[in-house]
Amino acid sequence: MYFVLLIVVVLTAITLVAAALTIARLISPRTYNPQKGEAYECGIPTRGKSWMQFKVGYYLFAILFLMFDVETVFLFPWAVVVQELGIMGLVNVLFFLFVLILGLAYAWKKGALEWK
Amino acid sequence: MFDFSVVTNWIHGLLVSVMPLGLASFVECVLIGICIMLMYAVIAMIMIFMERKVCASFQCRLGPNRVGPWGLCQLFADVIKMLIKEIIVIRHSDRFLYNLAPYIVILGSILAFACIPINKGIEVLDFNVGIFFFMAASSIGVVGILLAGWSSNNKYSLIGAMRSGAQMISYELSVGLSIMTIVVLTDTMQFSEIVERQADGWFIFKGHIPALIAFVTYLIAGNAEVNRGPFDLPEAESELTAGYHTEYSGMHFGLFYLAEFMNLFIVSSIAATVFLGGWMPLHIAGWNGFNQIMDYIPGFVWFFGKAFFVVWLLMWIKWTFPRLRVDQILHLEWKILVPIGLANLLLMTVCVVFGWHF
Repeated sequence: MYFVLLIVVVLTAITLVAAALTIARLISPRTYNPQKGEAYECGIPTRGKSWMQFKVGYYLFAILFLMFDVETVFLFPWAVVVQELGIMGLVNVLFFLFVLILGLAYAWKKGALEWK
Repeated sequence: MFDFSVVTNWIHGLLVSVMPLGLASFVECVLIGICIMLMYAVIAMIMIFMERKVCASFQCRLGPNRVGPWGLCQLFADVIKMLIKEIIVIRHSDRFLYNLAPYIVILGSILAFACIPINKGIEVLDFNVGIFFFMAASSIGVVGILLAGWSSNNKYSLIGAMRSGAQMISYELSVGLSIMTIVVLTDTMQFSEIVERQADGWFIFKGHIPALIAFVTYLIAGNAEVNRGPFDLPEAESELTAGYHTEYSGMHFGLFYLAEFMNLFIVSSIAATVFLGGWMPLHIAGWNGFNQIMDYIPGFVWFFGKAFFVVWLLMWIKWTFPRLRVDQILHLEWKILVPIGLANLLLMTVCVVFGWHF
């Protein structure tokens, strides 16, 4: 049943966007002007393409995020059962978090968390 | 307490009595879709009006007051204006990705919106992994924003999208860690179950110190994840014109705007559900008369009251603090909020294991 509802919600989202755009296309005016098709960079004609290399800093944060996000995936099941596990659950997760914090500390020490 | 499943069961019975079961289920699915769409649009319009009025009063202005009483018709005027604007697609953009981006942004936001329990019996997607699903769904939006910035072929859009991507994925960690502290306390991830567990006290009271820290962390991280407030540098107007949606016009832009406001509402309502009890009225253990009076107020009133209180809090923050720089934002997340989040998770675990909570 929930799977059906999930599909219903996804279809709702698609219908909402499609309906809004269709109505707008039907009732909005349409005129042609070559200058309208240009990128808006504060009135200055754009130079070259904008699909270029970007700062590698963003990439570093994406990698760090990946590490911590996978950690979240592992910690959520643990969080659900920690009351049953009791002290053993706490002790076991300490090892896991220790390795994780070690990784964060390494990245911190290396300066990967600085924005240069 | 008012249970909405009475109404849904009545509608189901009515439909089954006039048509076969398969058709009735189909009609129910269509009804659910229409309800989600209407709620989504109406709440977004209320939020836009509220934002204008709240920001006006924080800046000692009047806000919209010309169209209708207290400017109430401004809502409809805005929607009509958005609809009759021309949709311009610039010449050198990547057409396919450019048109795909609003779909992904709205998809992520509606999936997250459908998870929220509004009243007892009004919850569309009530998975047993609800919180996990909510976090997965709400992070779809960042893909749409990156696509929008990349496909526009505009340097401002690209910079805005990259900043937004780095910021949103970073702050998602803190959102996850702070919600996880409450999962440790409740040992369930289902939203309806989480609300039921708060019948004898909201989690912000039951979890005392760690829950309070988690609540504040969640508000900061949630505010950053919806690109608002002091964290609105993906679309910093003074530097990047409008960030990732610079090249979007008319209804295309309207959809991004809609998703942004709805994401604010979603973040606030999750804060209200997880920390402040959702639709559960304020109960104080032992005060039976007081609890019964509180039960007369229907659940959705409590829910919307709490959610809009948190929205108001976030708007207050937005209109009070100046914008942060990108290095300050990443410093705040990785060197302050993530260590606090991890330490707080351990603190909550210790509290739960040794039974130091209410």
